[in-house]
Amino acid sequence: MSYLSVTDADREEMLAAIGVSSVEELFEQIPPGVRLGRELDLPPALGEPELARHIEELAARNVHTGAELSFLGAGIYDHYVPSVADVVLSRGEFLTAYTPYQPEMSQGVLQAVFEYQTVICELTGMDVSNASGYDGSTVAADACFVARHVSDRRKIVLAEALNPQVRQVVKTYAPGFGLEVVEVPHRDGVTDADEVVAAASDAAAVFFQQPNFLGNLEPAPDLAEAAREAGALAVAHVDLMSLGVLEAPRAYGCDIALGEGQSAGNWPSYGGPHYGFLAARGEFIRRMPGRIVGETVDADGRRAFVLTLQTREQHIRREKATSNITTNQTLLALAGLAALSWLGPEGLREVGETCMALAQYARERVPLEPAFDAPSFKEVAFRTPIPAVETIRRAREQGVHPGYALGRDYEGLDDVLLVALTEKRTTEDIDRLADVLAEVCK
Amino acid sequence: MPKVPEALRRSSPPRLPELSEPELVRHFTTLADRTFGVDTGFYPLGSCTMKHNPRVHERLAGLPGFRDLHPYQEDEAAQGALELMWRLQEMLAEIAGLPAVTLQPAAGSQGELTGLMLMRAYFADRGEDRDTIITADTAHGTNPASVTMAGYKLAKVETDARGNLDLDDLRAKVDERTAGLMLTNPSTLGLFDEGIEEVARIFHDAGALLYYDGANLNAVVGISRPGDMGFDIVHYNLHKTFSQPHGGGGPGGGPVAVRDTIEPFLPVPRVVRDADAYRLDHDHPKSIGRVRGFAGPFGVFVRSYAFMRAYGPGLKEMSEVAVLNANYLLARLRDVYELPYDRHCMHEFVLSARNLKREHGVTALDVAKRLMDYGIHPPTVYFPLVVPEALMIEPTETEPKERLDGFVDAMRQIVVEAAAEPELLRQAPHSRPVRRLDEVRAAKHPIVRYLFEEHPALVEVE
Repeated sequence: MSYLSVTDADREEMLAAIGVSSVEELFEQIPPGVRLGRELDLPPALGEPELARHIEELAARNVHTGAELSFLGAGIYDHYVPSVADVVLSRGEFLTAYTPYQPEMSQGVLQAVFEYQTVICELTGMDVSNASGYDGSTVAADACFVARHVSDRRKIVLAEALNPQVRQVVKTYAPGFGLEVVEVPHRDGVTDADEVVAAASDAAAVFFQQPNFLGNLEPAPDLAEAAREAGALAVAHVDLMSLGVLEAPRAYGCDIALGEGQSAGNWPSYGGPHYGFLAARGEFIRRMPGRIVGETVDADGRRAFVLTLQTREQHIRREKATSNITTNQTLLALAGLAALSWLGPEGLREVGETCMALAQYARERVPLEPAFDAPSFKEVAFRTPIPAVETIRRAREQGVHPGYALGRDYEGLDDVLLVALTEKRTTEDIDRLADVLAEVCK
Repeated sequence: MPKVPEALRRSSPPRLPELSEPELVRHFTTLADRTFGVDTGFYPLGSCTMKHNPRVHERLAGLPGFRDLHPYQEDEAAQGALELMWRLQEMLAEIAGLPAVTLQPAAGSQGELTGLMLMRAYFADRGEDRDTIITADTAHGTNPASVTMAGYKLAKVETDARGNLDLDDLRAKVDERTAGLMLTNPSTLGLFDEGIEEVARIFHDAGALLYYDGANLNAVVGISRPGDMGFDIVHYNLHKTFSQPHGGGGPGGGPVAVRDTIEPFLPVPRVVRDADAYRLDHDHPKSIGRVRGFAGPFGVFVRSYAFMRAYGPGLKEMSEVAVLNANYLLARLRDVYELPYDRHCMHEFVLSARNLKREHGVTALDVAKRLMDYGIHPPTVYFPLVVPEALMIEPTETEPKERLDGFVDAMRQIVVEAAAEPELLRQAPHSRPVRRLDEVRAAKHPIVRYLFEEHPALVEVE
């Protein structure tokens, strides 16, 4: 199968217009020594029905959240994706457009991104949001680049209770930025503000997560205050779905708020594509990485939207750009916009309250000791009498995936299981989880 | 009902939209109607490879076995996803002519940065201190931006009169401080570098590496492989060559392939096969680490894998027709616009509107805006920087001759209009929902979120 549209007769006419006798002539500019000279060694072409069958067979070999009762979270969450998100994802105009360099052709997608930026600013309390980054880890690296340019300091402080993948990505990027990374350990599942003050005395920025990766609510205002006291930027990694009930990071003194947008409007999809959001106080607007849509007027004075502040960007500023980002995650961000618009302020608060209530129910119902004393939002860490990876293995045999083994990332937590409760789970689901855990942890 | 501790509790509700579902659907439908995609019409945006996106891909990426698969699912319960990724790696390796592939980078520019980090790790491992990366003066802006982000110094090499890298300039600039070259081939001029073998020799003789920016790979799949050209590190743009839809700006996918000497440094986790089972492998002590969450943008892999399986070895014909289409447009437009480099092109070509500017005071931007009135998305304009009044045109292989002829007619008619009625072009577009925008105002007085304060009637939230 192919998706070509040129017929044999067309081809002859076109070759004649070009003035060559064959397509091969057009490739004569390629030195013979670097031409392949044989057919690519790839599996044979498939027609659409065969292609669909082959890929459906691959999909069928995965155990998805519809096939087993899953309490996996740890950064990617099984929240309900409203059907209006499909309206965005399935419209060919959004799907098949590219970056709106030509605003007269792209007012719809530009306005949608402007609305997305507004929603992110509202949820985080910030003044400016970009049009999306790759995911919740790369936006943290982007924020390091911002911090490096607004500060002479060359150190970044990460709370150990920040998502391990986010920390890993920051550490991968940091040497290129000339930054050193230090981590502040968690104490009984939360970050200690005094330790942050001490670590941040010569740091450009402090990153923490609310709720943190261990499922606990951090003393976030104290951590932000600790960063500011040390003269560092306070950067909060937050979950959009929590921000109907949890305070906006700007309200407790953060300079930058960022995170993984998947929980709002995107499917788990084995890790992507999703979107990272990045929002900041207004003074950082000219240091922001990535696309930003602004409002203006056209030649007739009509309200209109356009990519703005482009002198920050790589296609104008080249080696002096604030980032190298070009392709971003617009389509996924727009699905997020659709989901958050569908929920509205009341709906978002209700989702948050439901998650908290289910987490509380799990604490009471699951026959295991909670690993930490701090309050939860939608994830609870339990101590298991056997290694958590073994608990998971045995529970999966009963058709329940009980959660994430924190020992994968944290020393000393091999017996801790992180259980995620979204509004898609029910008290009956938790009863079943409790029964299975009671049996497999005997 | 558990309560959030007061100090952490939301103090005022976010002002999110409050609309009924039918109104919400209408809102997004209206916005879609005001957006132009490949589905709407011809979109010859140079260097972006705006080809048709087969709809079966959306159906397949949306299968519950993929869509609802948690990325922390145990490997033995994600064998289908892992096999798909492994097979995709194998196919990409064959296309690049290099043995090892990581799928992790999220887009082309992240692939570039990953490639530069790989260079740094490679030289550090050898105890070599090299600090400079060379790019062409025709390079995409992402190349120099990535160089800075990776902590390297930038040096630029010039293009010669035929549109190839200037070899004398290159020899003068490559030394023991040079870590490597970043090059797009064919270049952003749409020309294959005829001296590529000598370019590779110059770098390899100096102990440096060559990085291939795969933005223009659509020209040469199955015809010439970057590994055979001498490149050591290659990124692919799955959203260009392999038909991941561009999504109004993204998502993309930027896998990276490398020579065996660089394999130990690839990001983790890697997708590997042991006998008949597939798994994520984190155990690579020399790895640069992780550049993105999980193993990469999986949904993009489903689409690109499907695309490549549909063509099979016939991917070569894809590139042939992309090059045929571009040369046909070039042949039919070269007498009315200036052609800065008089050669056959590859999958795209660059014209200059400086003849129109000189004779009628009409610019490349005016041509672009007027094309909109013909129902065509403009080409890339004012890039590459080495060509004044540049119009960079990439038709892709999926356009039929009729569409190409329609574009030629519009472009030629615009030349007639430029002479007869230049003001028509300067005021264009005339048929879009808005006319030209005041972009200076947008940048000088940035309004980057809805100003609730100026519309108080709309923000009554309990």
